[in-house]
Amino acid sequence: MNAARKLACVVVLAVCAVSLAANWLAPAGYAKQFREAPSAHPSRQHLLGTDEVGRDRFARVLYGTRISLLLAPAAALVSTALAALIGGLAGYLGGIWLRLARGFTDLFLSLPWLFLLIAVRALLPLNTSPLASVLITFFILGLLGWAASARVLSTSADALRNSDFVLQARASGLHGPRLFFVHVLPNLKPVLYAQFWISIPVFILAEANLGILGLGVAEPLPSWGSLLRGLEGMISFREEWWRLAPLLLLIVVMTSFQTLLSNEEVTA
Amino acid sequence: MNYRRAFLRLLAGYALLVLTLIFLTLAPGSAFAQNGGELRFCLRSEPKTFDPLLVDDDSSLSIRYLTGGVLVRVNRHTQELEPELAESWKVSNDGKQIAFKLRRGISFSDGTQFSSDDVAFTMQRLMDPALHSSTGDAFRSGSGAVTTKIIAPDQISITFPAPLAGLDRLFDQVAIMSAHSPNPKKEAAVLGPFMVAEYKAGSSVLLRRNPNYWKKDSQGRRLPYLDSIRLDIQSNRDVEMLRFKRGELDLINVIDSDYFDRLAATSPQLAHDAGPSLDPEFMWFNQVASAPIPEYKRVWFRSTDFRRAISQAINRNDLSRVVFNGHAQPAVGPVSPANKFWFNSKLKAEPYRPDAALKRLQANGFHLRNGALFDNGGNPVEFSIVTNAGGKPRERMAVMVQEDLGKIGIKVNVVTLDSPSLIERISQKFNYEAAMLGFRNVDLDPNGQMNIWLSSAEDHAWNPQQKSPETAWEAEIDRLMRAQASTADPKKRKESFDRVQEIVAEQAPFIYLVNQNALSAVSNAVEGANPGILSPQTFWNAERLTLNASARASR
Repeated sequence: MNAARKLACVVVLAVCAVSLAANWLAPAGYAKQFREAPSAHPSRQHLLGTDEVGRDRFARVLYGTRISLLLAPAAALVSTALAALIGGLAGYLGGIWLRLARGFTDLFLSLPWLFLLIAVRALLPLNTSPLASVLITFFILGLLGWAASARVLSTSADALRNSDFVLQARASGLHGPRLFFVHVLPNLKPVLYAQFWISIPVFILAEANLGILGLGVAEPLPSWGSLLRGLEGMISFREEWWRLAPLLLLIVVMTSFQTLLSNEEVTA
Repeated sequence: MNYRRAFLRLLAGYALLVLTLIFLTLAPGSAFAQNGGELRFCLRSEPKTFDPLLVDDDSSLSIRYLTGGVLVRVNRHTQELEPELAESWKVSNDGKQIAFKLRRGISFSDGTQFSSDDVAFTMQRLMDPALHSSTGDAFRSGSGAVTTKIIAPDQISITFPAPLAGLDRLFDQVAIMSAHSPNPKKEAAVLGPFMVAEYKAGSSVLLRRNPNYWKKDSQGRRLPYLDSIRLDIQSNRDVEMLRFKRGELDLINVIDSDYFDRLAATSPQLAHDAGPSLDPEFMWFNQVASAPIPEYKRVWFRSTDFRRAISQAINRNDLSRVVFNGHAQPAVGPVSPANKFWFNSKLKAEPYRPDAALKRLQANGFHLRNGALFDNGGNPVEFSIVTNAGGKPRERMAVMVQEDLGKIGIKVNVVTLDSPSLIERISQKFNYEAAMLGFRNVDLDPNGQMNIWLSSAEDHAWNPQQKSPETAWEAEIDRLMRAQASTADPKKRKESFDRVQEIVAEQAPFIYLVNQNALSAVSNAVEGANPGILSPQTFWNAERLTLNASARASR
């Protein structure tokens, strides 16, 4: 592991640790409204000031980071598992299955996913609690985000299907699910890892996009999406530099994730 | 010698010309100083139509205001009705007929003469059911045809099948069209101060001064002073504000409180707060009998005490101060205090009294357990408030209401939805519990609210399209609204509508939250602007607006 990757690892771990300690670092919580001090500048009491309804921005950044960093990997896990199942299996089976899967994947990729997300989000029961709403949002993101990974995995599985060791395994009498799980899937692991890591920032940004449209995580729960939405209408960065904190944090974490992926994994 | 004399004569003539030009340029109030220039501001959406009788969106409304000539005009500052194309008018005692005496010697922008023929043509077209004009709908008082009688080229009477309350004021919205214009596009001939010269879809609308406009100023100069108005189509408010700050735009008709404060901090002379507007922000509970909500919740929502308790538990002063930075007032009811005649001054905004709210709920079988409120069936009191995604002030209000109600043990889930989903839920499927929205009141007269208050109306938001009123108080509102609409006596109408406002305050079908202030921005380049609360706030006197010399020179 080179120095840059070590540094990135430390950054991600540090951000995770700080966000997990939000209860101690920001005891006021993310929802309490200090109505006597809306849109306050940074102070000892509010390290990053307060938002438009008087909620502590520092607490909201910490809790928002916790939510986005915990749930984006979970969504990535769901989408990678679906991609492995659809793409991996289609590549392994080849022939018409591969063509069908690729056609379906292409069709899925061509869908206007943002509108689809908005439509799916609008169908949710209204009395969903904020916590359930955030879980559902990320789960939907995971369910809808498998197509690009499935395409990569189907190509890799297709290449493996015709490789010498798979032919040898077939010649030895191994076939069906056992051949897939024992020989093909383990050899797809580097691609699966790469797809998993690549998906995390994609889901964080997707949730941020939904948040910017006002359709992400329900109030009063914060997420990076809803925090980034707070930058809307900001005209002077110099006068309110502290409001950029969630954006800087997002950039740092995304850069760290990208650095953590080695060149081999990305190209795989 | 002759050459010398001619040269001196030429020199003297030139000097005289220069002196005249200098005098005309510097003399305050001179015609040269006031005429000319192009005013620029934004429309926030594409105008849907240029036909003045089909207007029902804000952008088309602005264009109609600037180009259309009307018989009478509501002065946006005094709220009084003033003569325009009609010198005088008289409404009959039974409220069914109005007679106009028209000004003579007026021409449309294409040169055709204005007469009572044009008024008759406009009214016939307006009342044609095939046109589907929302402006025309306001004139439909009962079954039967609207008849026009041309008494003379400058006299006309219009008779309606049933009495129409506030009949004369309705003509503020009717732009007169030309009956004899040779142009197949009749809307191209206008009587207003400007006319549409160019339209680039998705980009801009250019209005040029109408050379035949009839009005003159006190010194006899023909209005309007401006040469043209450029309306850029721009929905992004950030871009609008940046362009205004760069001097590319002269007006922002309606501005959010966030932008207003930023502008006021740097250039206080450009930011105008005209006080409470007519537009209320409010929330309501779904009382539709067939709505897909649990029965116990329907019982809460149909309980007057429940609704009143919710109203008492909301801190409206905080909403005004925090969400709108003080540029809003706690709302009293359906009529803003800014509506001078129709506001019931006996009513006051519901004060913030969470203790009284809790007592009222407890008297109705609700009880607190571990900080959470339960009804007498043991159901936790929890409901969702839907509002439109992207409306930041409304979302902030919903979050504050969520915290206020949390203090009396009520759990509120705030749900923001895209507009089509929201409209489908609240007006078609009724699949919601509570909603938070705002009204845009363009009409001072309560007749404009008939579609909200009649229990049979589609916009009777809490329980629309009732076959017969489901509650006694809704039946009473129906009766009072019909009574005020069927008399021309302003005193009797006021009494009826005052009582409607009292019933609304007692029953709280809508829980009124705040009235936003009318905030606008006017550049230093514009002279003569006097922003008000009625739409169009900044350019209601467009024909008298001028640009200063430096703005004219730069364009």
